[in-house]
Amino acid sequence: MNKNLILYASILVFGLAAPFIFPAFKVQLSILCVLIILAVTWNIQGGEMGYNSFGNILFYGLGMYLCASVQVGMFFPLAEWTESGGEKTFVHTPTQFFQGMAAGLVVAAVVPTIVAGLIGYSILGLRGHYFAICTLGLGVAAGEISGGIEIIGAGQGFTTPPFPNVGGLEARGEFFYFCSFFALVLAFITVRAIYSTRFKLILNAIRDNEDKAEAMGIETMKYKIIGWMVSAFFCGLAGGIMGGLVGYIDSTDVAFDGREMGVFMVLMAILGGKGTLWGPVIGATVFHIFKEGFWTLFLGWQYVALGVLIVVIVIYFPEGIMGWLREKYPERFGEVVDEADRKAQVELK
Amino acid sequence: MDFMVFQYPMITIQACLDGILLGVLFALIAYGMALQWGVMNIINIAQGDLVILGGYIAYFMYLYGIHPAWGVIVSPIIMYFVGVGIYKLVINKVVDRDLFISILATFGISILFMQLMNFAFGADVVLANSGYGTTFLFDSNVVLPNSKIFSAVVSIVFAICLVIYMKKSKLGRAIRATAQNARAAKILGVDTEKVYAATFGINAALCGVAGALISITFTIHPYMGLPYTIRSFMIVIVAGLGNLPGVAMSGMGLGVFEEFADYILGTEFRIGSVFLLLVLILVYRRFKLSRKREYLK
Repeated sequence: MNKNLILYASILVFGLAAPFIFPAFKVQLSILCVLIILAVTWNIQGGEMGYNSFGNILFYGLGMYLCASVQVGMFFPLAEWTESGGEKTFVHTPTQFFQGMAAGLVVAAVVPTIVAGLIGYSILGLRGHYFAICTLGLGVAAGEISGGIEIIGAGQGFTTPPFPNVGGLEARGEFFYFCSFFALVLAFITVRAIYSTRFKLILNAIRDNEDKAEAMGIETMKYKIIGWMVSAFFCGLAGGIMGGLVGYIDSTDVAFDGREMGVFMVLMAILGGKGTLWGPVIGATVFHIFKEGFWTLFLGWQYVALGVLIVVIVIYFPEGIMGWLREKYPERFGEVVDEADRKAQVELK
Repeated sequence: MDFMVFQYPMITIQACLDGILLGVLFALIAYGMALQWGVMNIINIAQGDLVILGGYIAYFMYLYGIHPAWGVIVSPIIMYFVGVGIYKLVINKVVDRDLFISILATFGISILFMQLMNFAFGADVVLANSGYGTTFLFDSNVVLPNSKIFSAVVSIVFAICLVIYMKKSKLGRAIRATAQNARAAKILGVDTEKVYAATFGINAALCGVAGALISITFTIHPYMGLPYTIRSFMIVIVAGLGNLPGVAMSGMGLGVFEEFADYILGTEFRIGSVFLLLVLILVYRRFKLSRKREYLK
């Protein structure tokens, strides 16, 4: 326990100091935080509950649009703002900007949670691949529909308010980094707390055999919905922060980007190891480093590389990094290994 | 919201006919989906991208001066080998695994194909002009391009040929046997690996036919694949696996639905309405089954 405490403290200190140590990577680090949030919360229902969702992008995009809309709509007429596009007729004062951002993030987190609760009963009654395809449909439908709504910019996109210059201080990168970092800390603490309770055992029971879990007297539907709502809360929050960070929201390319973000979160969780606490964190970090490091190498061919990467990871590493480590060093994971048994397995191979 | 489509009977007829002719094409793609789902237990997200690839083959024939209708013959032959190639490279490793693995793997293939087509053929919306002219019905109130009628007829011919082939030929029998019980088929000397490869190839060939027809009648674009996948998936879950008349009927129904959605909601919501319909159908079936304490399997 003491060792863990030191580990967490050092990570926290590193996280707080990171934007000042690596000032050139502030935006990348913020994106990394968002990616980790998405991967860790996808893991709640994807890994622990066994409901592989392609639709968490719905909450992410919803949060993004809501945060920006609230931030603008609190002070100025929304329709005129989106209509003016790039040429701003209204300018946020610093106070307005931060008030709007705070209110926007609250709305961006709460509304997707409510949405998840409302649709949860219908959608989570589906199982396995039907759930996967249904959520895929939800995500794409949301993107297509939001691309046709005039008040949030329709096809031409939505420019979020520019960061105000407080007393000649340019602190945009730091501001969004700390937003995403605190969201990440909040998400990690919540998920860790969840994983140390009965709730996680119930989620695992649902994954392993839902019918039996029901027969044991667990109200599976209730727990499934709560699990999804936790995911939705953090996805919405992450979306709201990401909207401000990117500065421009497009319905299918930024917000409801099922082809990128929607697959990334699944991929990161699988790469790190489904159903573990640290797996998605490691997966997201490795994935992000790979993506940023090699994307320039494949310039123009990123999606080809992404497609190949998905196929390779899914076929050859379905257990992920944590799963591989677990197989290699089972003692570290608290599993009792019989030496003779292991030798027999090696011989069998 | 615009309910013009119900106020003028001629527009209603137009929408219905357009929808039925379109739906026949959807049914052809869905037939391929049902075939490989039933035999290999794989949901292929790249289905739509195979369709678009088939369409580009016909389009390139058109560019080089060959009539695009010949694409109906050439495209399936090429696509058969593409399908077998995909099977050998990827699909054979996910056949007996979890369905979600196959969904994710084919999702990767789909992204790969999308981008490769984007590089190879450009991001423009293209159309192969068949020069078939148009048919006018009801005092020129209803306009039907002949190419749509041609595509519906060709799809029906291909579907019937395939049904006969599956019933009569040796390979067809082997495929049906494998679908019923892969292990028993193996014991009785069926090379299931070959059967799977052939099934995936036939599925890709069907997509090739449909793609060639789509390039003649509608337009093709590298990123248009996913809606075709979702449509075929929807048709299959409504009709059920192995229910051919059902596939045909629900395909046409989907076509008509789309045309009406196009008129009522506007073209920008057309694709969105297809995806929403999928969600609604799944949720409806879930509630219907949950009354019997069952769930979609």
